[in-house]
Amino acid sequence: MEKLLVVNNVSKNYGNYKALNDVSIEVEKGSIFGLLGPNGAGKTTLIRIINQITMPDSGSIILDGEPLQPHHIQNIGYLPEERGLYKTMKVGEQVLYLAQLKGLTKQEAKHRLKYWFDRLEIGDWWDKKIQELSKGMAQKIQFVVTVLHNPKLLIFDEPFSGFDPINANLIKDEILKLRDDGATVIFSTHRMESVEEMCDHIALIHKSNKILDGKLVDIKRQYKNNVFEIGLSTPDHAATSALLKEKFEIFPATFKSINNELQYKVKVPDSIAINDFVNYLTSQGQLTHFVEVIPSASDIFIETIQKN
Amino acid sequence: MNHLPLIIKREYLTKIRNKSFIIMTFLSPLIFVGIFALVAYLSSLNNDTVRNIVVLDDSGLFVDEFNNTPHLQYKILSDTAFPEAKKEAETQDIYGFLYIPKTENLDDLSKEITFYSTDSPSVSLMGDINKLLENKVNTMKLKEAGIDSETIKNLHINIRANQETFGGQETSKLGSGLKLIFGGAAGYLLFMFIIIYGNMIMRSVIEEKTSRVIEVIISSVKPRVLLLGKIFGTTLAGITQFLIWVVLILVLMTAVTSIFGIDPTAGSPTAQMVDQNVNGGTQQMMQDIMMEINNLPIANLIVMFILFFIGGYLLYASLYASVGAAVDSETDTQQFMMPILMPLILAVYVGFFTVIDNPHGMVSQVFSYIPFTSPVVMLMRIPFGVPLWQQIVSVVILFATFIGMVWFAAKIYRVGILMYGKKPTYKEIFKWLKY
Repeated sequence: MEKLLVVNNVSKNYGNYKALNDVSIEVEKGSIFGLLGPNGAGKTTLIRIINQITMPDSGSIILDGEPLQPHHIQNIGYLPEERGLYKTMKVGEQVLYLAQLKGLTKQEAKHRLKYWFDRLEIGDWWDKKIQELSKGMAQKIQFVVTVLHNPKLLIFDEPFSGFDPINANLIKDEILKLRDDGATVIFSTHRMESVEEMCDHIALIHKSNKILDGKLVDIKRQYKNNVFEIGLSTPDHAATSALLKEKFEIFPATFKSINNELQYKVKVPDSIAINDFVNYLTSQGQLTHFVEVIPSASDIFIETIQKN
Repeated sequence: MNHLPLIIKREYLTKIRNKSFIIMTFLSPLIFVGIFALVAYLSSLNNDTVRNIVVLDDSGLFVDEFNNTPHLQYKILSDTAFPEAKKEAETQDIYGFLYIPKTENLDDLSKEITFYSTDSPSVSLMGDINKLLENKVNTMKLKEAGIDSETIKNLHINIRANQETFGGQETSKLGSGLKLIFGGAAGYLLFMFIIIYGNMIMRSVIEEKTSRVIEVIISSVKPRVLLLGKIFGTTLAGITQFLIWVVLILVLMTAVTSIFGIDPTAGSPTAQMVDQNVNGGTQQMMQDIMMEINNLPIANLIVMFILFFIGGYLLYASLYASVGAAVDSETDTQQFMMPILMPLILAVYVGFFTVIDNPHGMVSQVFSYIPFTSPVVMLMRIPFGVPLWQQIVSVVILFATFIGMVWFAAKIYRVGILMYGKKPTYKEIFKWLKY
């Protein structure tokens, strides 16, 4: 896959404080890239470096095959976590101003704004002042400003905060649509269910270092450890439990079921093939439930952070 | 891709559309002229009051000296003893009672004269009365010594040395006065302009931070360009307001003076100084003034006034902008205000004390190169004749410092936005410069 953004060994210090230590990431064209990490890990610093708000102390950034240059800001749309709008300006002139700062002409900006305002059903806000809008309404405007100039790279920092579930869904669908239309998205959030739903790739930054990186499915594959959740109906539960305990590493499990069965999570050693394991289970009784335990993004996040 | 005009336009438009800005633009001249009219009206009221003073002159020496004026009426008592006279004066509605006793000789008299009044009498009135008595006693004493007043008059000689530069140009006290007025007015105007509009710049720089729009803006525009745009936009708004003020005040002033019949120049220092300098009638005075104005390097003055005014204002504006860049909210700006105002106040002091005393002395020269004081000090020096190269060097230093200050402010700004909610100290800001 072609890479839209490549960050090579970027480091950044604030005085004695190391905000980023030798971080590299690669973002594929047309993908959604989740930039994860606990508060204060250095995500925002990295995003600001990509936006050329601050300069890295060392390392390089390649956007679409070229080293990052000032004119590239036209190709990036950035929705910061700390965001706001000029309170006393009217919605219309404000979005026009911000669009022009991103290099659009006034006519072009008007044209595109009409499309977006109709699409998000906010056309009648044009002459309102920002201070008359609710937080969620203002967020919609900010979203429009971020995507208006059709940037190749979109960076969203906590895009859903402040939205009600309906609008959050609306914005999520818009982001997915933008991705389908060819935009590349970097997405920083603490909402793991969004990561699960939307991200193709993730990188995890912790204490200024990148500690995990890759395709979400690959990472999940890597983090799964052959644990299966099983339900087994047997004539003698106690005897079977003892048998399983002897043969495998087992953990208690609970899931909803209509049967009265044994419920366990079982770690299957690599030496045993899955089919053999299933055969073994069926020989013990009736297999009512069999699911591979796949770690969630949240599990991976917590496990990796705690390990480090 | 140049964003500067766009930013300037936005700053300018949002400033002048702001409701409180519009209100202040039209209200301030009204208040100003209103206060002026009120003061003029009150002082004319004051002038209408007549002060009655009862005089009992037992010595009989001063009876003919008290001349009534529209505001001062003397009532000379005779054939009344002091106690009765005092009692009578006390019961009447009068301003005061002056008692001059009879004494053996004139020396004793000076210590015995008393003025009685209900409240402390006005200082100027007492001065007038003392002077009047003093003159009379002096004349009498000179007479005692055998010198008559005619002789004294003939002995008195006024000397006014002619002033001329080595270049052969005639100068005069009148000319120095004009130079002072010009320099002083220019310096004062700049001072006022900075005080009034500096804060506006600072608030405007803080605006992006309080509304949190900063990160969006700064990801599209260089901080330096943003700050420059803010400084220029706000300055233009300031100039707009200032011009409207000047026009409105002039119009209203004319209206007020013609309605109330007040002479706005009466009693002003200019008028007094001109009065003192002129013996040869109004026409001669006008001619003198015109000649002196012609002698001033007018073109030089106007060009330099514009350059120093703009440069000085921009430099201080960039100082205010750096403060705005360093803080998160206006409440945090207090600690930084003093260091900005100090050099400005220093400039005005140097201008009004040192330059007037010695326009080309060491101190005046040094301060006319230091960019923080040069706009005021150099502007005050120029009417007294400063070599062109000195002026140019000073202007160059001024504008270079302005550019440097904007760079400095942008640097602080860039780091300041990364530090939400942190109150900066000087030490911290110094550290930021190294980031």
